[in-house]
Amino acid sequence: MAEELFKKVFTVHGGNFDRAGESSTEIKDKLKDLNIDANLVRRAVVIAFEAEMNVVMYANVGTMNFIITDEEICLEISDEGPGIADIEQAMQEGFSTASDEMREMGFGFGMGLPNIKKNSDFLKIESDVGKGTRVFARIRLNTDD
Amino acid sequence: MKLNEIKDILKCDILTENQDVSHVEVNTVMASDGMSEILAFSHPGSLMITGLTNIQSVRTADVADAKAIIYIRGKLPNEKTIALAWQKGIHVMATKLGMFDVCGILREHGMKGAM
Repeated sequence: MAEELFKKVFTVHGGNFDRAGESSTEIKDKLKDLNIDANLVRRAVVIAFEAEMNVVMYANVGTMNFIITDEEICLEISDEGPGIADIEQAMQEGFSTASDEMREMGFGFGMGLPNIKKNSDFLKIESDVGKGTRVFARIRLNTDD
Repeated sequence: MKLNEIKDILKCDILTENQDVSHVEVNTVMASDGMSEILAFSHPGSLMITGLTNIQSVRTADVADAKAIIYIRGKLPNEKTIALAWQKGIHVMATKLGMFDVCGILREHGMKGAM
Protein backbone atom coordinates (compact mmCIF):
# COMPACT_ATOMS: atom_id res chain seq x y z
CA MET A 1 0.00 0.00 0.00
CA ALA A 2 1.24 3.46 -0.92
CA GLU A 3 2.57 5.60 1.90
CA GLU A 4 1.10 9.10 2.09
CA LEU A 5 3.86 11.72 2.30
CA PHE A 6 1.82 14.93 2.26
CA LYS A 7 -1.75 16.06 1.91
CA LYS A 8 -3.37 19.48 1.69
CA VAL A 9 -6.75 20.83 0.62
CA PHE A 10 -6.82 24.28 -1.00
CA THR A 11 -9.91 26.44 -1.43
CA VAL A 12 -10.07 28.21 -4.80
CA HIS A 13 -12.34 31.24 -5.14
CA GLY A 14 -14.07 31.86 -8.45
CA GLY A 15 -13.42 35.25 -10.05
CA ASN A 16 -10.37 36.06 -7.94
CA PHE A 17 -7.79 36.51 -10.71
CA ASP A 18 -5.27 38.26 -8.45
CA ARG A 19 -4.82 35.20 -6.24
CA ALA A 20 -5.33 32.62 -9.00
CA GLY A 21 -2.33 30.33 -9.13
CA GLU A 22 -1.27 30.71 -5.50
CA SER A 23 -2.29 27.14 -4.64
CA SER A 24 -0.34 25.77 -7.60
CA THR A 25 2.72 27.78 -6.55
CA GLU A 26 2.51 26.23 -3.07
CA ILE A 27 2.21 22.77 -4.61
CA LYS A 28 5.32 23.44 -6.72
CA ASP A 29 7.29 24.54 -3.66
CA LYS A 30 6.23 21.43 -1.72
CA LEU A 31 7.14 19.05 -4.57
CA LYS A 32 10.55 20.71 -4.89
CA ASP A 33 11.07 20.39 -1.12
CA LEU A 34 10.38 16.66 -1.47
CA ASN A 35 13.08 16.45 -4.21
CA ILE A 36 10.64 15.22 -6.84
CA ASP A 37 12.09 15.09 -10.37
CA ALA A 38 11.83 18.53 -12.04
CA ASN A 39 9.94 17.20 -15.07
CA LEU A 40 7.32 15.53 -12.85
CA VAL A 41 7.03 18.74 -10.80
CA ARG A 42 6.40 20.76 -13.97
CA ARG A 43 3.75 18.28 -15.19
CA ALA A 44 1.96 18.31 -11.82
CA VAL A 45 2.02 22.08 -11.56
CA VAL A 46 0.70 22.54 -15.11
CA ILE A 47 -2.25 20.32 -14.17
CA ALA A 48 -2.81 22.19 -10.89
CA PHE A 49 -2.49 25.64 -12.48
CA GLU A 50 -4.79 24.92 -15.44
CA ALA A 51 -7.38 23.33 -13.14
CA GLU A 52 -7.11 26.21 -10.68
CA MET A 53 -7.58 28.74 -13.49
CA ASN A 54 -10.65 26.83 -14.73
CA VAL A 55 -12.22 27.15 -11.27
CA VAL A 56 -11.34 30.85 -11.07
CA MET A 57 -12.74 31.53 -14.54
CA TYR A 58 -15.92 29.47 -14.51
CA ALA A 59 -16.96 28.42 -11.00
CA ASN A 60 -18.17 30.09 -7.81
CA VAL A 61 -15.83 28.16 -5.55
CA GLY A 62 -13.78 24.98 -5.64
CA THR A 63 -11.37 22.80 -3.72
CA MET A 64 -8.07 21.33 -4.83
CA ASN A 65 -7.05 18.20 -2.96
CA PHE A 66 -3.31 17.58 -3.31
CA ILE A 67 -1.93 14.25 -2.12
CA ILE A 68 1.54 12.89 -2.64
CA THR A 69 2.43 9.30 -1.82
CA ASP A 70 5.61 7.36 -2.39
CA GLU A 71 4.02 6.12 -5.66
CA GLU A 72 2.15 9.05 -7.20
CA ILE A 73 1.02 12.67 -7.18
CA CYS A 74 -2.78 12.99 -6.96
CA LEU A 75 -4.76 16.13 -7.72
CA GLU A 76 -8.53 16.18 -7.24
CA ILE A 77 -10.27 19.42 -8.15
CA SER A 78 -13.99 19.85 -7.47
CA ASP A 79 -15.98 22.97 -8.16
CA GLU A 80 -19.43 24.42 -7.79
CA GLY A 81 -20.00 25.88 -11.21
CA PRO A 82 -21.84 25.57 -14.51
CA GLY A 83 -20.43 22.12 -15.31
CA ILE A 84 -19.41 20.84 -18.75
CA ALA A 85 -22.16 19.66 -21.09
CA ASP A 86 -19.93 17.71 -23.47
CA ILE A 87 -16.62 16.63 -21.90
CA GLU A 88 -15.33 15.00 -25.11
CA GLN A 89 -15.82 18.28 -26.99
CA ALA A 90 -14.20 20.26 -24.14
CA MET A 91 -11.11 18.04 -24.37
CA GLN A 92 -10.45 19.08 -27.99
CA GLU A 93 -7.64 21.60 -28.49
CA GLY A 94 -9.06 24.98 -29.44
CA PHE A 95 -12.60 24.38 -28.17
CA SER A 96 -13.55 27.10 -25.70
CA THR A 97 -16.56 28.72 -24.11
CA ALA A 98 -14.46 31.50 -22.57
CA SER A 99 -15.56 35.13 -22.55
CA ASP A 100 -13.52 37.97 -24.03
CA GLU A 101 -12.65 39.01 -20.45
CA MET A 102 -11.14 35.55 -19.76
CA ARG A 103 -9.10 35.73 -22.98
CA GLU A 104 -7.83 39.16 -21.99
CA MET A 105 -6.47 37.45 -18.85
CA GLY A 106 -4.46 35.14 -21.13
CA PHE A 107 -6.66 32.07 -20.73
CA GLY A 108 -9.64 30.49 -22.47
CA PHE A 109 -8.00 29.53 -25.77
CA GLY A 110 -9.09 25.90 -25.54
CA MET A 111 -5.80 24.49 -24.28
CA GLY A 112 -6.52 24.06 -20.56
CA LEU A 113 -8.12 20.62 -20.44
CA PRO A 114 -5.83 19.27 -23.24
CA ASN A 115 -2.83 20.46 -21.18
CA ILE A 116 -4.22 18.65 -18.13
CA LYS A 117 -4.69 15.46 -20.19
CA LYS A 118 -1.23 15.70 -21.77
CA ASN A 119 0.47 15.91 -18.38
CA SER A 120 -1.55 13.22 -16.56
CA ASP A 121 -0.83 9.50 -16.42
CA PHE A 122 -4.43 8.97 -15.33
CA LEU A 123 -7.29 11.43 -15.81
CA LYS A 124 -11.00 11.26 -15.06
CA ILE A 125 -13.42 14.15 -15.45
CA GLU A 126 -16.99 14.06 -14.16
CA SER A 127 -19.45 16.89 -14.55
CA ASP A 128 -23.08 17.73 -13.79
CA VAL A 129 -24.46 20.66 -15.74
CA GLY A 130 -25.61 23.37 -13.37
CA LYS A 131 -23.82 21.80 -10.40
CA GLY A 132 -20.11 21.47 -11.01
CA THR A 133 -17.10 19.53 -12.26
CA ARG A 134 -14.65 17.09 -10.66
CA VAL A 135 -11.20 16.44 -12.12
CA PHE A 136 -9.07 13.50 -10.90
CA ALA A 137 -5.49 13.50 -12.17
CA ARG A 138 -2.54 11.35 -11.21
CA ILE A 139 1.13 11.23 -12.11
CA ARG A 140 3.24 8.17 -11.35
CA LEU A 141 6.49 8.91 -9.57
CA ASN A 142 8.17 5.76 -10.81
CA THR A 143 8.30 6.21 -14.57
CA ASP A 144 9.64 2.66 -15.04
CA ASP A 145 6.21 1.18 -14.23
CA MET B 1 22.52 33.90 -25.89
CA LYS B 2 23.19 36.13 -22.89
CA LEU B 3 20.24 38.11 -21.58
CA ASN B 4 22.17 41.38 -21.59
CA GLU B 5 22.83 40.92 -25.34
CA ILE B 6 19.11 40.37 -25.87
CA LYS B 7 18.43 43.48 -23.81
CA ASP B 8 20.63 45.52 -26.16
CA ILE B 9 19.35 44.19 -29.50
CA LEU B 10 15.67 44.56 -28.47
CA LYS B 11 16.30 47.91 -26.71
CA CYS B 12 14.78 46.57 -23.49
CA ASP B 13 14.40 48.16 -20.10
CA ILE B 14 15.08 45.88 -17.14
CA LEU B 15 12.06 46.00 -14.80
CA THR B 16 13.45 43.80 -12.04
CA GLU B 17 15.97 46.42 -10.98
CA ASN B 18 19.35 45.51 -9.51
CA GLN B 19 19.23 42.06 -11.10
CA ASP B 20 22.42 41.24 -12.96
CA VAL B 21 21.43 39.70 -16.29
CA SER B 22 24.96 39.42 -17.68
CA HIS B 23 25.36 35.80 -16.54
CA VAL B 24 21.89 34.60 -17.61
CA GLU B 25 21.89 32.51 -20.79
CA VAL B 26 18.78 31.49 -22.75
CA ASN B 27 18.60 29.61 -26.03
CA THR B 28 14.91 28.83 -26.44
CA VAL B 29 11.91 31.14 -26.74
CA MET B 30 8.25 30.64 -25.85
CA ALA B 31 6.18 33.43 -27.43
CA SER B 32 2.44 33.86 -26.96
CA ASP B 33 -0.25 35.99 -25.32
CA GLY B 34 -2.08 32.76 -24.42
CA MET B 35 -0.79 31.32 -21.17
CA SER B 36 -1.97 27.78 -21.89
CA GLU B 37 -0.08 27.96 -25.20
CA ILE B 38 3.08 28.68 -23.21
CA LEU B 39 2.35 25.77 -20.87
CA ALA B 40 1.56 23.41 -23.75
CA PHE B 41 5.02 23.88 -25.25
CA SER B 42 7.03 24.91 -22.22
CA HIS B 43 10.76 24.33 -22.25
CA PRO B 44 12.68 24.74 -18.96
CA GLY B 45 15.13 27.62 -18.89
CA SER B 46 13.45 29.45 -21.79
CA LEU B 47 12.80 33.11 -22.45
CA MET B 48 9.08 33.95 -22.46
CA ILE B 49 7.83 36.69 -24.81
CA THR B 50 4.32 38.01 -24.20
CA GLY B 51 2.05 41.03 -24.42
CA LEU B 52 0.09 39.86 -21.38
CA THR B 53 1.20 41.91 -18.39
CA ASN B 54 -1.01 40.64 -15.55
CA ILE B 55 0.22 38.61 -12.58
CA GLN B 56 -0.73 35.36 -14.35
CA SER B 57 2.07 35.98 -16.84
CA VAL B 58 4.61 35.59 -14.02
CA ARG B 59 2.80 32.60 -12.53
CA THR B 60 2.81 30.96 -15.98
CA ALA B 61 6.53 31.68 -16.39
CA ASP B 62 7.13 30.13 -12.97
CA VAL B 63 5.11 27.00 -13.82
CA ALA B 64 6.97 26.72 -17.15
CA ASP B 65 10.35 27.20 -15.40
CA ALA B 66 11.16 30.20 -17.62
CA LYS B 67 14.30 32.16 -16.79
CA ALA B 68 13.05 35.51 -18.04
CA ILE B 69 10.07 37.39 -19.47
CA ILE B 70 10.12 40.14 -22.09
CA TYR B 71 6.93 42.19 -22.28
CA ILE B 72 6.33 43.57 -25.78
CA ARG B 73 4.50 46.47 -27.48
CA GLY B 74 5.57 48.88 -24.72
CA LYS B 75 3.20 47.30 -22.21
CA LEU B 76 4.31 47.31 -18.59
CA PRO B 77 3.25 45.06 -15.70
CA ASN B 78 2.25 46.60 -12.37
CA GLU B 79 4.51 46.65 -9.30
CA LYS B 80 2.85 43.58 -7.74
CA THR B 81 3.60 41.53 -10.86
CA ILE B 82 7.22 42.70 -10.94
CA ALA B 83 7.56 41.92 -7.22
CA LEU B 84 6.34 38.35 -7.78
CA ALA B 85 8.85 37.91 -10.60
CA TRP B 86 11.62 39.16 -8.32
CA GLN B 87 10.49 36.73 -5.60
CA LYS B 88 10.52 33.83 -8.08
CA GLY B 89 13.93 34.77 -9.47
CA ILE B 90 12.52 35.49 -12.93
CA HIS B 91 14.19 38.34 -14.83
CA VAL B 92 11.74 40.80 -16.37
CA MET B 93 12.36 43.24 -19.23
CA ALA B 94 10.16 45.32 -21.55
CA THR B 95 10.55 46.47 -25.15
CA LYS B 96 8.50 48.76 -27.36
CA LEU B 97 8.86 46.33 -30.29
CA GLY B 98 5.97 44.07 -31.32
CA MET B 99 5.80 40.28 -31.28
CA PHE B 100 6.71 39.85 -34.96
CA ASP B 101 9.83 41.99 -34.75
CA VAL B 102 10.97 40.57 -31.40
CA CYS B 103 10.68 36.98 -32.62
CA GLY B 104 12.27 37.82 -35.98
CA ILE B 105 15.26 39.55 -34.40
CA LEU B 106 15.82 36.74 -31.90
CA ARG B 107 15.60 34.15 -34.67
CA GLU B 108 18.17 36.06 -36.70
CA HIS B 109 20.47 35.82 -33.69
CA GLY B 110 20.15 32.05 -33.49
CA MET B 111 17.46 31.66 -30.85
CA LYS B 112 15.12 28.67 -31.29
CA GLY B 113 11.40 28.32 -30.66
CA ALA B 114 10.19 25.99 -27.92
CA MET B 115 7.17 24.84 -29.94
